[in-house]
Amino acid sequence: MDRRKIEESIFKCLMVIATLTILSILILIVATVVIKGLPAMNLSMITQTPKGGFYLGKEGGILNAILGSLYLAGGATFLTIFISLPIVLYMNVYAKRNSFFLTFTRFSFDVMWGVPSIVYGAFGFTIMLTLGLRASLLGGIIAVSFLVLPVMSRSMDEVVRMVPAELLEASYALGATRLETAFKVVVKQALPGILTAVLIAFGRGIGDAASVIFTAGFTDYIPYSLFRPAATLPLAIFFQLGTPFPEVQERAYASALILTMIILIICIASRILTKRFTKHVIK
Amino acid sequence: MSNFRSIKDRLAGKWMFGLTFFSCLILFLMIFGLFQRSRPILEVKPLSELLFSTSWHPLKGEFGFLPFIMGTLWVTGVAVFIAVPLCLLSAVFLSEYAPSKIRDLASPLIDLLAGIPSVIYGIWGILVIVPFIKNVLAPSFGVFSTGYSVLAGGIVLAIMIFPVIIHVTVEVLKTVPYEVREASLALGATKWQTIKHVVLRKAMPGVIAAIVLGFSRAFGETMAVLMVAGNVARLPSSVFDPSYPLPALIANNYGEMLSVPLYDSALLLASLILLVIVLIFNILSRFILIRVERKTR
Repeated sequence: MDRRKIEESIFKCLMVIATLTILSILILIVATVVIKGLPAMNLSMITQTPKGGFYLGKEGGILNAILGSLYLAGGATFLTIFISLPIVLYMNVYAKRNSFFLTFTRFSFDVMWGVPSIVYGAFGFTIMLTLGLRASLLGGIIAVSFLVLPVMSRSMDEVVRMVPAELLEASYALGATRLETAFKVVVKQALPGILTAVLIAFGRGIGDAASVIFTAGFTDYIPYSLFRPAATLPLAIFFQLGTPFPEVQERAYASALILTMIILIICIASRILTKRFTKHVIK
Repeated sequence: MSNFRSIKDRLAGKWMFGLTFFSCLILFLMIFGLFQRSRPILEVKPLSELLFSTSWHPLKGEFGFLPFIMGTLWVTGVAVFIAVPLCLLSAVFLSEYAPSKIRDLASPLIDLLAGIPSVIYGIWGILVIVPFIKNVLAPSFGVFSTGYSVLAGGIVLAIMIFPVIIHVTVEVLKTVPYEVREASLALGATKWQTIKHVVLRKAMPGVIAAIVLGFSRAFGETMAVLMVAGNVARLPSSVFDPSYPLPALIANNYGEMLSVPLYDSALLLASLILLVIVLIFNILSRFILIRVERKTR
């Protein structure tokens, strides 16, 4: 009798330790980035593009990478909304519930979610070879769109699925078509979740390096055209860290701090959005 | 007027169906596209030589993927070995024992862990894990290591797959019906005995699916591993040896691949191999998860 209790408390103890380990690793990661990044942080990091000899430790900043990343992730997210939203509305308003096609679609999105981003990069690269594009902002946007499509679609689907069927039926009963129901009732009802899905996709897009390494290239200039190469934050961090100069490596830490801050802001913003935009939601 | 509305409704439906159908095809399109581009090398070399040869000399036209495939397997194996016990314990804790306050606190933090970009994990690995292995772990085992090793890659990957495994396991444990637990508790079993003999046994397929999902996530992870695994194209013989995983190979050589004949084809073949392996693992685990979900309805 006693032995069972002892076993239980041992395992309970192990579980608490495991959970605490995992959570403290998260804190450790954020703390390391902040402690290493803060001393190297200064205003010119975020207001200037790299000047001559930047990668040797001379002055300059990473404005090119910050803007490049924002353009790239923003463009890809914006593009993906116009593909994801119709797909999700089709799956939940038009298609028959529990049909094979629906199961298959969800299944293939789940599988696509698991495809490594480097493969999306390679696939984007083959598309660019076929179209005759060079490494450019557009190429990066295409690759990242493929990457975030399953993320956004599945996250949206999870919320739109929760819209009660009675609400749809009420709308049909009033004479609305499916299209009107989809955009005026379903989208309104699921708006907070949809916005959260968009933010999650944006976060995934802005943090990803492997998919843009082939497709977006790298440059020291702020991209002013879709057909120009664009720098991205993760790649900037990677290249700065790869140089043998401590001053430049310090900058990589500062860049990492900027990227982490962007991710944290997205995380917090999506939580606030979820709380604030619930005013139209019928419970 | 009402006719116009219904035409609009039907047209929009067709268009939305088209988009959905097309996005289901993307996976096939990817396989086809990558296969098409890797055909030049498959025509010159047999697949078995590419997969099982250890000599990697692109300039001489020798493309043996074995060191990279083994590198990936080593790193991924270490990651899963570290992650599984920690994740299972913490998933069981979060779903069975933890009060709801702790659960509400932990779940956004675990989501955040999933949202951190892989480059940040890489930097953290270089700053914390690599020196730790070099200065503490390797000397205490009496070996020399630069720190950039299979173990460093494995530890960083393990942390990156924590959220996937925990999240899916918690979801799976939720599907175990409450009546089953109550029956076990009513027979006089302690809570831990119930979990060990009833809940985990019932949830086993789903837990395995969660682990496989974590495995395949680790298999394709690129940047973090590239930064800490050492990138030496040799078969590793211990966890303190450097390794060169497949994704790192692809990412590292994009610059020179268009100037060496067959190099681009070889790298795209490498990403095709990666895609196919990950697809197999993903499809397997998703099948299990769908069946788990069906059973509980």
